[in-house]
Amino acid sequence: MHELSVVMSIVEMAEEKTRQHGATNVEQINIDIGCLAGIEFGALDFVWEAAVKDSVLEGAERIIHKIPGRGKCSVCGNQFQMNNIFDSCPTCQSYQNEVITGQELIVKSLIVN
Amino acid sequence: MCGTCGCGENLDVITITLLGDKVKNEEKEMVENYFLKNDHHHHYGKVHHHHHGNSLGHAHETEHDHTHEHLSSKVIQVEQDILHQNDLLAERNRGYFEAKNIVAFNLVSSPGSGKTSLLEHTLDTLKDQFHFSVIEGDQQTLNDANRIARLEIPVVQINTGKACHLDAAMVIRAVKKLNPKSDSILFIENVGNLVCPAMFDLGETKRVVIMSVTEGEDKAIKYPDMFHSAHLCIINKIDLLPYVDFNVEKAKAYAMQVNHHLEFIELSATKGTGIEQWYNWIAKNKRI
Ligand SMILES: Nc1nc2c(ncn2[C@@H]2O[C@H](COP(=O)(O)OP(=O)(O)OP(=O)(O)O)[C@@H](O)[C@H]2O)c(=O)[nH]1
Ligand SMILES: [Mg+2]
Ligand SMILES: [Zn+2]
Repeated sequence: MHELSVVMSIVEMAEEKTRQHGATNVEQINIDIGCLAGIEFGALDFVWEAAVKDSVLEGAERIIHKIPGRGKCSVCGNQFQMNNIFDSCPTCQSYQNEVITGQELIVKSLIVN
Repeated sequence: MCGTCGCGENLDVITITLLGDKVKNEEKEMVENYFLKNDHHHHYGKVHHHHHGNSLGHAHETEHDHTHEHLSSKVIQVEQDILHQNDLLAERNRGYFEAKNIVAFNLVSSPGSGKTSLLEHTLDTLKDQFHFSVIEGDQQTLNDANRIARLEIPVVQINTGKACHLDAAMVIRAVKKLNPKSDSILFIENVGNLVCPAMFDLGETKRVVIMSVTEGEDKAIKYPDMFHSAHLCIINKIDLLPYVDFNVEKAKAYAMQVNHHLEFIELSATKGTGIEQWYNWIAKNKRI
């Protein structure tokens, strides 16, 4: 369950930023998570409550922006929506693709007080 | 149990044990940063005390005294990668390995695909040719490290407790214990798991994913992240091919869908069939 480690890293980052800005509490956290980032959104929900307990994130509103996957075909150059890392190019059916977006795992912003 | 944060006093800790070489002592040590269940990650780098006499480090407990200062909210633009901390530590490892001319291979697979068997065979054959050291990652037991120690190779066992993968911080601590020689090869056997270790860069030179012919051909598309991040795919237990329905070409085709840069080696870790190709691959990567 690496989602737990991921949430722990978010907590750590939120604690640090909050402290740096002389605040004590997070009202809202905005996170970008790519659909190809290897995160199970259900598992993330499952561990969140327990993981943020007693941290600055306890009670914070969590907003997750899901970034859709996009791939670029190395054969024909076509860009296309990638739902799985192993999707083929819809134009030429090649599997020689590179992921352009969808692997993000980023804390965008915090609203603190 | 610690009342404030609920952490167990002896559970869920990472244990790092040095075996092999001349050192045979088992050393247990409490670790500050990895109480999984409740996460003291936010006390990063500090020793975690089990008696929170006051609320240091628990800022929220004092917030009621200071609400007058915090009437207005403000936005902090963070824009930081969530695995930033792990990635930084992994780069530190990578720099250390490069400086000492150590090549590090991170071996990942499902439980039982043959990581330790492959290491045993490899170390036994090549130990006069290269200097080796090994980091073993398992949730529990010293079994795998003992198997390596029998070959008189320096080995550290990381027991991750509840954690299902190694991370760069654990490797830093293990490497400190291991103190690998310059100009050597370090094998890191990750926890048997095809999901979680994918996200955690350890600072390795190359990532090697192992699948065995008893696992089904479609492993790569079931666990694409792991195959996407690997450099080499070993197809192990080929001695069992006559007894199982496993089409090697199909398995490779699936893996190529996920990662068309992947290299493949088919072998039997226990019988030694095909293992020369693996030795060549090691030698090739040792040179660069
Ligand atoms: N027939 C056959 N059996 C193998 C081969 N390689 C490993 N095995 C057997 O598979 C079982 C598991 O092997 P290990 O080397 O312990 O596997 P592992 O990946 O290290 O397992 P974990 O550390 O538990 O994840 C053992 O019983 C091995 O003897 C092989 O090439 N052929
Ligand atoms: Mg093993
Ligand atoms: Zn194409």
